Amino acid sequence: MFEYDPVLFSRILTYVTLGFHVIFATLGVGVPLMIAIAEWMGIKRGDPHYTLMARRWARGFVITVAVGVVTGTAIALQLALLWPNFMQAAGHTIGLPMFMETFAFFFEAIFLGIYLYTWDRFKSKMKHFLLVIPIVIGATASAFFITSVNSFMNAPQGFNIVDGVLTDVSPLAAMFNAATPTKISHVIITCYLTAAFILGMIAAYKILRGNKHVYHKKALHMTMVSALVFAVATAAIGDLSGKYLHEYQPEKLAAAEWHFETETEAPLILGGILTEDNEVEYALEIPFALSILAGGTPDTEVIGLNEYPEDELPPLWVHYFFDAMVFIGMYLAAVSALFVLFNWQNRRNPLRKLNPFKSWMLRLIVLGGPLSMFAIQFGWIFAEVGRQPWILHSVMTTAEGATTSDHVDIMLWIFILLYAVLGVTSYLVLRKMFLHNPVEHELERRGIPYHTVEKDVES
Amino acid sequence: MTYELLGITVLWTFLFGYLIVASIDFGAGFYSYYSKATNKAHIIHNIVQRYLSPVWEVTNVFLVFFLIGIIGFFPDTAYYYGTALLIPGSIAIILLAIRGSYYAFSTYGAKDSHFFSFLYGATGLLIPASLTVVLTVSLGGYIVVDNDQIQLLYGELFGSAYSWSVVILAIVSVLFISASFLTYYAARANDNRALELLRKYTITWSFPTIIMGIVVFLLLSKRNITQFENMLDIGWVFAVSFIAFVAAVVLIWKRQRYGTAFTLVVIQYFTAFFGYGVAHLPYLLYPHLTIYDGFTNESMAIALIIAFVAGLFLLIPSLYLLLRLFLFDADYVQGNK
Repeated sequence: MFEYDPVLFSRILTYVTLGFHVIFATLGVGVPLMIAIAEWMGIKRGDPHYTLMARRWARGFVITVAVGVVTGTAIALQLALLWPNFMQAAGHTIGLPMFMETFAFFFEAIFLGIYLYTWDRFKSKMKHFLLVIPIVIGATASAFFITSVNSFMNAPQGFNIVDGVLTDVSPLAAMFNAATPTKISHVIITCYLTAAFILGMIAAYKILRGNKHVYHKKALHMTMVSALVFAVATAAIGDLSGKYLHEYQPEKLAAAEWHFETETEAPLILGGILTEDNEVEYALEIPFALSILAGGTPDTEVIGLNEYPEDELPPLWVHYFFDAMVFIGMYLAAVSALFVLFNWQNRRNPLRKLNPFKSWMLRLIVLGGPLSMFAIQFGWIFAEVGRQPWILHSVMTTAEGATTSDHVDIMLWIFILLYAVLGVTSYLVLRKMFLHNPVEHELERRGIPYHTVEKDVES
Repeated sequence: MTYELLGITVLWTFLFGYLIVASIDFGAGFYSYYSKATNKAHIIHNIVQRYLSPVWEVTNVFLVFFLIGIIGFFPDTAYYYGTALLIPGSIAIILLAIRGSYYAFSTYGAKDSHFFSFLYGATGLLIPASLTVVLTVSLGGYIVVDNDQIQLLYGELFGSAYSWSVVILAIVSVLFISASFLTYYAARANDNRALELLRKYTITWSFPTIIMGIVVFLLLSKRNITQFENMLDIGWVFAVSFIAFVAAVVLIWKRQRYGTAFTLVVIQYFTAFFGYGVAHLPYLLYPHLTIYDGFTNESMAIALIIAFVAGLFLLIPSLYLLLRLFLFDADYVQGNK
């Protein structure tokens, strides 16, 4: 198909592994928090529906964790196998956060095992709830440490290069680089947002299919309120990310926005296509918006692509991924806000009479599930391709980091096959797990009444 | 002790941890499948599942820990081993991926799937085989380093009696370690039928284990004479290992003190593994890379060691909690919780 080029094949294989891993990793970071909230609500309100929710989510979560763990192991090994030169350099500078990530992972793994097998073991429910906290901390800390590694690749610092040799390494400076705050907060909050939407999607789907059980309504309400909070936070952090790019990686921002000329009062370009001679067509232009995004004021000067030598520019198609990500983020915020407003029974809320469980609303939520996962993919593609041709921004190019081995192409096909099999089996197993054991059966088996303490919100 | 030595000791300890927990896990998977295939599942299934379920995830972490640790402490290993081991490394990843996920699929999802437990059992024996390649390669003679090109000599690797005997040693050791642990676990659970079967497995696998240990030792003299002589210099370590092995088998044979017997098995492997490791020093990859020239810069080394000590403060109590709840809690082991 292509001429054999270990760099190209290494890039594709790394994407395939990470693209697959990030589906499970995102859930791995986000779902524990949702489980913790559900279990907490169950204890606080004395409502066994929420406790069961936590229990059922945890059961499905195990499957996604398993795939997350094995693909995470895969990427850890692959980094050394596919990017030996890069890892040699990285080991000297960012060995610390990588090492700490495995500690966080260790911590989480231990407590996940304990949590899953002690549901009925302690008399006090609070004790069992406390076990989920190290899982939430471990999951989020993993994201924290590993994202700081990625931040380093975008904004390398904390070392000097003298005649090609790394000196004066400061591990903490490398870890807490300029990109770290915005990257980490953006990654963590979008993991939470995506997990909330995926779980909300399941509840909405059940109600849409005619299931009237109050359990699903509670699940939907809880996930959508959480999603709204996370969506607002995502938007705020997204804005800070724009300002970070403007300051430190202007060529990435310019590529995302097809911004060629350095100018003040720069417009934001939505959609559109780029012709061969770099003319933007069919796009919606919002005047001043890019300057405001970059610096907070319309007179901020935004550096354009023309300032850079051509071989240091990222591919311009990242614009589509950037736009898709932003669009989906807006969509998720709007949908969760609408649902929460409709469902908010406050006298002064003019929308309180509207029914949030109407089928169009539920369909929008169901759609939000897969869309949120696509946004994660698009965002990562934008962030990673947007820093090409660098593997370490302004230090090492991707080509310099790659392996020289002869067999990356065969490995690529084998791994694609592996992930296809894993993906399909996890889908089938999860489906079987929940179809064969619907909520109604489990409630009955555990002797939980249909209506518990909370008044049913009738549609 | 220099930072280099401290670093490699920490890593070697974690690799040893992986060797023990992974062996129990890999062997348990194999016995679990084997007992299904021979209609003995009802005898040992519960013992295997009750132990494995809460700890399956932890096993993997030991490996990742070692891997990331060695890149942190000795970044040059990433360059040498990473380039040379693309294929064996990828095969190991695939096996680990199949095993890890199909364990979860078969335990939490499709409980009665024969195929899932076959995949789980079979990969458990292939993974140790694929991972030993790294140990074999580190002895030297299987890799050519020519300017910027590093290549693994597949013909040399597959054609050498030494590398095959290491593979066999790994597999029989997995089955032996695992059976001796599960025997102890079954004894704690007062499950006599499982105990008898597992005891039989332990004794069956003890002989090939010790024979292969001796075979590998003898073949080593042809493979890497420096390593062999270094090992002879500290011969007493291997004598301790052998005595621990004999004592363990005798105890199990006499149906006495299974806990002590398993501890002796751990001592047997601990001494052999560390004796082998010490004899290998200072080389990480003979003769291209030593722990001194491949070591990271000093500030990273200090940071890693601090992180490591801090991490242990977190890990040791957590691991203790895990063991107390699932391993040393008689009620849980016996299936009352």
